[in-house]
Amino acid sequence: MKNGSKYSLDFERPLKELEKRIEEIRLFAEEKQIDMSEEIARIEEKARSLQVEIYKNLTPWQKVQIARHPKRPTFLEYIDLIFHGFIELHGDRLYRDDPALVGGLAYLEEIPVTILGHQKGRDTKENIYRNFGMPHPEGYRKAIRLMKQAEKFGRPLITFVDVAGAYPGKEAEERGQGEAVAKAIKEMTGLKVPIVVVITGEGGSGGALAIGVGDRILMLENAYYSVISPEGCASILWKDASRAAEAAEVLRITANDLLAVNVIDEIIPEPLGGAHTDPEEMARTMKERILENLNAILDQDPDALLAQRYQKFRRLGRYLEE
Amino acid sequence: MEEINYTEMIDPSLTEPEEEGGENWVFKDLFRSKQKYVTIRQREVPDHALHSSESVKKELPDGLWVKCEKCNQMIYHKDLVKNLKVCPKCQYHFRIGAWERINYLLDPGSFQELFADITSCDPLNFPGYQEKLEQVRKATDLAEGVVTGVGNIGGVPLALGVMDFSFIGGSMGSAVGEKLVRIFEYAAENGLPVVTFAVSGGARMHEGILSLMQMAATCQALNRVAEQGLLYISVLTDPTTGGVFASFASQGDIIIAEPGALIGFAGARVIQQTTRETLPSGFQRAEFLLEHGMVDMIVSRKELRNTLARLLRYHQRRKRVINQ
Repeated sequence: MKNGSKYSLDFERPLKELEKRIEEIRLFAEEKQIDMSEEIARIEEKARSLQVEIYKNLTPWQKVQIARHPKRPTFLEYIDLIFHGFIELHGDRLYRDDPALVGGLAYLEEIPVTILGHQKGRDTKENIYRNFGMPHPEGYRKAIRLMKQAEKFGRPLITFVDVAGAYPGKEAEERGQGEAVAKAIKEMTGLKVPIVVVITGEGGSGGALAIGVGDRILMLENAYYSVISPEGCASILWKDASRAAEAAEVLRITANDLLAVNVIDEIIPEPLGGAHTDPEEMARTMKERILENLNAILDQDPDALLAQRYQKFRRLGRYLEE
Repeated sequence: MEEINYTEMIDPSLTEPEEEGGENWVFKDLFRSKQKYVTIRQREVPDHALHSSESVKKELPDGLWVKCEKCNQMIYHKDLVKNLKVCPKCQYHFRIGAWERINYLLDPGSFQELFADITSCDPLNFPGYQEKLEQVRKATDLAEGVVTGVGNIGGVPLALGVMDFSFIGGSMGSAVGEKLVRIFEYAAENGLPVVTFAVSGGARMHEGILSLMQMAATCQALNRVAEQGLLYISVLTDPTTGGVFASFASQGDIIIAEPGALIGFAGARVIQQTTRETLPSGFQRAEFLLEHGMVDMIVSRKELRNTLARLLRYHQRRKRVINQ
């Protein structure tokens, strides 16, 4: 593991125990000056197949934990690995700059694009500065400003969704959180440039959808996207937030579930052990998938693009009609 | 108590036909041409709908007296109904059902329900949802959480979507979203202004992500209304929160709130749990939103019909000039 071994997840414990044993044997062999490389290789192989087994059968709740992993790569890390020449643009021109939502100009290969994404902190200090990646209305209004700017200059828009939810706070309400989220959604449905959305971690309800409307919706293998947090659902359904794991099952929030109902278009595979174990590999795959999807819609007539986008979101509901 | 005549509440000049072959002609004409594409169901306002609001629970056993939820005043039930379910003493607005509201607001006999055949299914096989739907349908005689259709207010034709809180908290699932999208599209195609009455706890959890997607579906359909230069008035009633406030309901050209209505994105309990902030009194009430610039006006239920008629008239003139 290259990264993140400090924060192990519950279901990885058997794996961690094997890794610990390997380390012990290695130390022992070194100390006693004996060759145990065969034994070590044997256990390493066992660990590897155990990891494959664990990650092949992840439950929805385990995926939620991976999506929320404190070492999961954030938007700024992906920007460095996927784009070049990034210039951050700040502020909504109305109230303040919201560090929980980052946006600006960048090149994807040689294509100039506008990028937007939720930005969580990578440590406690940064998390406080970035409000744990939960935007206030001014974050969404900055997003709207940059969307309109992208449209004006004919730049495609690429967004990265990773948010527990739009911030639920007193000031957020005073400044119109609901209106800001709604306006962002509405602007995206009518924006006359191609939009590629990547759900990289948490897809927390309206706060995610506010930058999540597009022509191509891609989703990382272990990300989740839901109308309500599993904890919130559990406390409504069973008056018990600790039953979140069950709620995660019934809400159908994994990438596979969402692909099945056409809410997303494509699943982007993660490195074994999750995106945090190898951010470079993750970014390489993401870049390739974003490029292919963007290229497919880059030269489409804007009216045709908008008509398709309209039908895409028009047809997602399931209902009965006599 | 005096009998209130609803038509009299409107400025007489508004109800008089302005010219021969005015909007009624347009209205009939559009129905003639569209009939085969839409479900038109003339529906009498069911008698029980007039008595089926939240207030029923608070009634005393003989059903004659109701206690005001706010000031505890005992109100004779018939007086409350006559007063449009507004407490005569403290002006508290009781929550009312969709059909009750339609009956109060529209010109008598003008309402025609559309898209009544669209109802919820249980796409996720969500625990308890199917049972809940059956139970709610039985208890309310509503097929879905929103009633959509066309009608007249003060002689002006409009498209209408009226939510009902008694149907799973007015929550928006696929069927509610679809009905709203259809009525927005219908308005855009037929050149009608749209008025929605929101009352909702938010997106319907039981349909998971599909409910969330209705936020996008309703918002984009509103773009079509706007592209035709048509008016959209959103009326926010108690309560309008979550995914409904954070989609179509906050996107009106004109936003009206009923007095005292709870309106917001996040629930007060969630805010307190997340932030530990103390919330001011009147937080997320209609008056708070007006003060913070989030709604255009607060209009009492008694004035609403008149206000809507005046606003609709304002936006009708340009259309008529173009038509001629």
